[in-house]
Amino acid sequence: MKLLVAIKRTIDYNVKVRVNADNTDVELTNVKMAMNPFCEIAVEEAVRIKESGVADEIVVVSAGPKQTQETLRTALAMGADRGIHIETEMELQPLGVAKILKAVSESEEPGLVILGKQAIDDDSNQTGQMLAALLDWPQATFASNIVLSDQGAEVTREVDGGLETISINLPAVVTTDLRLNEPRYASLPNIMKAKKKPIEVKSPEDLDVDIKPRLIVLKVEEPAKRESGVMVESVAELISKLQNEAKVI
Amino acid sequence: MESVIINRRDLEFQIFELFKATELCNRERFVDHDEESLKAALDVTIKIAEEVLWPNASIGDIQEPHLKNGQVYVPQAVHRGVAAIRDAGYIAAGLDYDRGGMQLPAILLQACLGIFKAADAATPGYLMLTKAAANLLDVHGTEEQKRLYMEPMYEGRFLGTMCLSEPDVGSSLADIKCRAEPQPNGNYLLSGNKMWISGGDQDISENIIHLVLAKLPDAPPGVKGISLFLVPKICVNPDGSLGKANDVSVAGLNHKMGYRAISNCLLNFGEKNVCEGYLIGEKHGGLACMFHMMNEARIAVGISGAMIGYTAYMQALNYAKDRKQGRPIDNRNPEHPPVPIIDHPDVRRMLLKQKSFVEGALALCLMCAKYLDESETATEKNTKYRAGLLLEILTPIAKTWPAEFCQESISLAIQVHGGYGYTKDFSVERLYRDNRLNAIHEGTSGIQAIDLLGRKVRIEEGLGFNFLMEEITSDIEYASSWPELKIFTTTLMEYVSDIVKATNNINDVRDGGRKADSLANASLYLHALGHIVVSWLWLKQSVVAFEQITKSPDTQDADFYKGKINACKYFFLYELPQVKPLINLLSNIDTTCREHGPKMF
Repeated sequence: MKLLVAIKRTIDYNVKVRVNADNTDVELTNVKMAMNPFCEIAVEEAVRIKESGVADEIVVVSAGPKQTQETLRTALAMGADRGIHIETEMELQPLGVAKILKAVSESEEPGLVILGKQAIDDDSNQTGQMLAALLDWPQATFASNIVLSDQGAEVTREVDGGLETISINLPAVVTTDLRLNEPRYASLPNIMKAKKKPIEVKSPEDLDVDIKPRLIVLKVEEPAKRESGVMVESVAELISKLQNEAKVI
Repeated sequence: MESVIINRRDLEFQIFELFKATELCNRERFVDHDEESLKAALDVTIKIAEEVLWPNASIGDIQEPHLKNGQVYVPQAVHRGVAAIRDAGYIAAGLDYDRGGMQLPAILLQACLGIFKAADAATPGYLMLTKAAANLLDVHGTEEQKRLYMEPMYEGRFLGTMCLSEPDVGSSLADIKCRAEPQPNGNYLLSGNKMWISGGDQDISENIIHLVLAKLPDAPPGVKGISLFLVPKICVNPDGSLGKANDVSVAGLNHKMGYRAISNCLLNFGEKNVCEGYLIGEKHGGLACMFHMMNEARIAVGISGAMIGYTAYMQALNYAKDRKQGRPIDNRNPEHPPVPIIDHPDVRRMLLKQKSFVEGALALCLMCAKYLDESETATEKNTKYRAGLLLEILTPIAKTWPAEFCQESISLAIQVHGGYGYTKDFSVERLYRDNRLNAIHEGTSGIQAIDLLGRKVRIEEGLGFNFLMEEITSDIEYASSWPELKIFTTTLMEYVSDIVKATNNINDVRDGGRKADSLANASLYLHALGHIVVSWLWLKQSVVAFEQITKSPDTQDADFYKGKINACKYFFLYELPQVKPLINLLSNIDTTCREHGPKMF
């Protein structure tokens, strides 16, 4: 079986994010970028599935500017077999990415597509669901355990009330949650091997998909600073403040 | 949160802009590398260092290894650290691809090991010792020794140790008492005690391979009578499976000031007179085998000191930016909010001193690693020879200068933290204790100084020393084209001519028969030459920074480059002049200390 893993290049999770000067985006110049942590979990899961013998090839795909290839190399160093880079300088939104992934899925015909449940930059949590809908494939989101066979998959999902295990047919789309696994570090020899693995570069036009943004960003702002607290004299004063100032009761 | 252990911008500046590591990628051995793969190696190193080693470092420090029924146990946190470094392939990183290596240049390898040491000084020690022992077997071992011991060591299944010192014998190996009796089957029975054995016992690996210095019955006296033996903790069968326990026992653990995550043992070999050992290399040729890897081991100690110092500096810098205390000197109004302590001039002075020491020390060690690469892979014979001699003369300085001066620097990092720095709530006190070892192990500072002045300055009739002075002078000439750097170039030229005079004088005195007098102040010599070399490295960094700022004045990195130039200025104005009196004492062959007899104390 072939596995397709979609990954995203985001700001490194260690970086303190700042809003840019003209309030149109977060500051990206000279900021360290890395693979989105949920995507690392997706790559790790694919590598484990391949190691267990159920899958025989892992293809990683990512869309974005030229530097996205560094992130694809990281996935190849973790154990993926080949990469597909959809190169574009255009702003990418979940629907555009889902369309790209739909096109790639149709040509690659994987048994399973694995994605991170969300990216730590925009926290959309939409791409996997949109992809499943566009392909009309089953989806299992927020996976914390995946048991895969040629016939189908049993996926344990992290839902509000606890854990839910569902059985799905293949091909399917799965998105990963934090507890699914702990990703490995790329080893030094594998970093060198990854340099020899192929990365195919295509453009959105090659796939014949329209990725034009549908959402418009009006303004990006820092969250409001937390104000210092006050000591209240009585319960009555507290209740009055909650009612009149905070307006929460 | 930015890195707490290293300034990545500076590390990349030094590796790629100052020492131009990518030029090495033209060499046949490194041809598969490019900036991306070298940076990918730094990425994974920093990730492991920050995510696995740094959070565990204090656990390894507090929960010392302990001995129970003859077996040493170390905390699980240390097991995890060793596993992370091992699994990422660092033991074999310098080896060929087909042997599981990455053919990584020494400059990158040393930088990576330094990053690990910065995050946790002690834990990587298990693997660095293993790498050194495996490299030794690679050069001197028999095919069977390579198959049965070296391969599992590169895989990290077996860990290695170096057993040189004994309870009564540390620096003077000529006097070791450990014996090896030849057996009819060609093996040897070892007997004796070995002291200060790092990783001498642990519960991390399946087996432990000790490399042991011992004397054969027919050994000539002195260092020419020392042989090297391989002694496994558990005997290995010809098919590679583990056999019976060998006769090696742990007589005790040393409870150390720092570096506590790595066990340090007193080992008894042959208590029951059945300790099996196997000869490595030629009979009586043990020391030569050991010294084969001495340069690399000493640079590794140097970079450890530089990076522990670097981390302490990063801690102090972050603390000084966060911690609010006091008001500006010219605005004492109590209504004025307290300012971050980095706004106080004396705190800035302490931080700048640390910056000049740790970044200078790192540059020194990376330059040596680059010379190591040159001496091994340069295509031109002369370049190779020159790099080899430069490496010889710089190694004792690279071993010692970071250990000694980063200790001062860490002391200031504690000072910046105030009372908090003196507590276990912050890491700087641990870093201070950890680095203190670096002036002691792998040859003390005093021994390095004698090696420098008594041997390295004189080998090949002083050619290495001349090459060093040529390198410095040629950089001074290059830098002289900028009037703004004039203040540095004239000063450094003056010190170069002073140290050349002093060196000639010392050599003349020695050639005249006063050897002991000539070496009496060897430590001062290392201190003075060390400061001159680090000044040179600051000049080199300034030149690169200056070129970058001139090329693009509006660069986002302008402050970074200005910081380099100002730190250079600091070192030249505040630190370098301090060695002037030392050079005078050396030139005059002062013997005040040597003549102070024991009864006069």
